[in-house]
Amino acid sequence: MCGLQNTKATLARLDDVSKRYGNLMALDNLSLSVNAGEILALLGPNGAGKTTAVSMLLNLVVPDSGKVYLFDRAPQELAARQRIGVMLQSADLPETLRVSELIALTQSYYPNKRSLAEVCHMAGIADLLSRPYGKLSGGQQRRVQFALAICAKVEILFLDEPTVGLDIEAREAMWATLRKLAAEGCAIVLTTHYLEEAEALADRVMVIAQGAVVAEGSVEAIRSRVSLRRIRCVSQLSIATVQQWRDIDSVIHDGQYLTIQTQDAESVTRQLLNADTYLTQLEIKRAGLAEAFMELTKESA
Amino acid sequence: MMTTAKPAMSSSYSAVTVYVTETRLEFIRMLRMPTFALPALIFPAMFYLLFGVLMAGNKPQVGAYMLATYCIFGVMGPGLFGFGVSVALEKDRGWLTWRRAVPALPGAYFISKMAMALIFAFIIFVELALLAATLGGVQLAASQWLLLMAVSLLSSLPFCALGLVIGILVNGQAAPAIVNFIYLPMAFLSGLWMSISFLPKVLGDVAPIWPSYHAAQIALKVIGADLGAPLWLHIGYLAVFTLAMVWLAVRFWARMKVR
Repeated sequence: MCGLQNTKATLARLDDVSKRYGNLMALDNLSLSVNAGEILALLGPNGAGKTTAVSMLLNLVVPDSGKVYLFDRAPQELAARQRIGVMLQSADLPETLRVSELIALTQSYYPNKRSLAEVCHMAGIADLLSRPYGKLSGGQQRRVQFALAICAKVEILFLDEPTVGLDIEAREAMWATLRKLAAEGCAIVLTTHYLEEAEALADRVMVIAQGAVVAEGSVEAIRSRVSLRRIRCVSQLSIATVQQWRDIDSVIHDGQYLTIQTQDAESVTRQLLNADTYLTQLEIKRAGLAEAFMELTKESA
Repeated sequence: MMTTAKPAMSSSYSAVTVYVTETRLEFIRMLRMPTFALPALIFPAMFYLLFGVLMAGNKPQVGAYMLATYCIFGVMGPGLFGFGVSVALEKDRGWLTWRRAVPALPGAYFISKMAMALIFAFIIFVELALLAATLGGVQLAASQWLLLMAVSLLSSLPFCALGLVIGILVNGQAAPAIVNFIYLPMAFLSGLWMSISFLPKVLGDVAPIWPSYHAAQIALKVIGADLGAPLWLHIGYLAVFTLAMVWLAVRFWARMKVR
C-alpha cells in the first residue's frame, strides 16, 4: 500500500512489447518498469506510443508480442487493477450522475477506500459534490477524474495528461498532492506533453518516439544527454557573422539579446569575446528539458 | 460476459455492494435523463388512456385486451432504449474504456442495466394497471393481475438482449433513430396498438415473426383473449430469440470498437 518504502520493488512491467495498427508500428519492442514510490514521466510527441504503452498496463490494449505484468499478474485480473488508480485522457463519465455518486461508485470497486473528506481535500472538489458531472467546467471535470483515481489507497496511479485544462492554482494543488502521494510510497506514472510538469515532478523520465524509448533517466540525465547550450548576450555582431562559425545550431535576435544555441559553448564564447570586445550581459545556460526533448526526438526521426 | 469475479478478500469490499451500487446509480442516471425517462414512463400510459380507455368507450373487455398489449408495448421501451442507446453512447464516449481500466465488475454493467429496465417495466406496469382498474373499469382476479405483472416484467428481457445487440453495432448518434425504427413498427405489426385483426391480412399472417407478438400473446392468455396458439410455442420462441441475441452480443462485444 502507500507507505511501503521499498523503492527498489518493480510494481509493473512491459517486457519487449510490440503493437502494430495496420501499417503503423505503434510500439516496437518497448520495455519499461514502474518502481514503488517513484514518479515516472513518459514524454513524447503525439502518436509516439506513450498512451498505447500505458493502455497495455490498464487492460485496454493487448500487445501483439511481449509480456505485460501488473503486480506480477495480468492486467486483466481484477485483483491487480484493485491496486491502481486511473485517470484517462478523455473519458466522459455519466453526465447525470452527481460527483458524490461517481465517487461512491468508483469506491465500491476498491477494497481500501479513502474517506470522502480526504478525497475532497486531496482533489479540491468539496464544493462540487452535489453537482451533476455534465454541468461542470472542463477543469472541474478533470479534478473529479483525479478524485476518482485517488478515491482508494492504491500502489500505482496512472495519470494521462492530468493537468490539461486546469488553471495554474489547480495545477499546483494537484502537483502538491502527487508529491505527497509519492512521498507516502505510491508510484505515479505520468504521461504528459507539459515538459514543465515532468521537470517539476518526475524522478525518472522516459522519452518515447516512434514506439521506442529514445532516452531514459532522471530529468538531469536526460538534459545532459543533450550537450546543447544556450548563449545569450548583448552584442554588435550580426546574425550572419555568427552563423558562419563552427558548431552553431541556431542564432536569433531576442529583443536586444543575441541568442545562440550550440554544442560547443566554450569555443563559441571565446570567439564571441574576441570578435566583440564591447559584448555585455553574457549568459550561458544548459538547455531545459524542452530543448533536450526536441533534440532527442529529432535524432530518432 | 457475465464473468464472476474473485476480488481480493477485504472487509470493505463486497461484490454484492458493487452490483447494488451500479444498479441504483444506473436507475437514477436514466431517471434523470428526460429523453429516456419521459417517453418510457409517459407514452404507454398516454396511449393506453387514449386507445384503451377513451376510445374503447364503456367496454371493459377492450380495456383489458389493450391493457395486456400496452403492458408489452411499455416494457419493450426501457429494454430497447436502456441498452440500445446507452451502450451505443457509452462505447463512443469512453465510459466503457474507463470501466475496463478500473476494477469494475464486467457483469455488473449488464446486470445493472437489466435491473434498471425491470424497475422501469414495473413502474410502467403499475401505471397501466392503475389506469385500467380505475378509469378503464377493468376487473381481473388478483392472480391475473400478478400473472400479468410477471409476464410484463419477464417480457422486457428479450428486448434488453435485442437492445444490447443494437447498442454494440450502431454508433451513439444513430442509435435513438434505429431503436425507434425497430420499436414502433414492431409494436404496431405485433398488434400492440390495435388488434391484429385490424391489420391487412398479409401483415397479420407474418406477425408471429416478431418477438413482441409472442410476448403479447402470453399476456393476452392471462386474460383469456389470445389467438389460441399453445403457451410453450410463445415461450419457446422468446427463449430462442433471447439466446440468439445474447450469442450475437457475446460475439460482437469482443470485436466492438470502443473509444
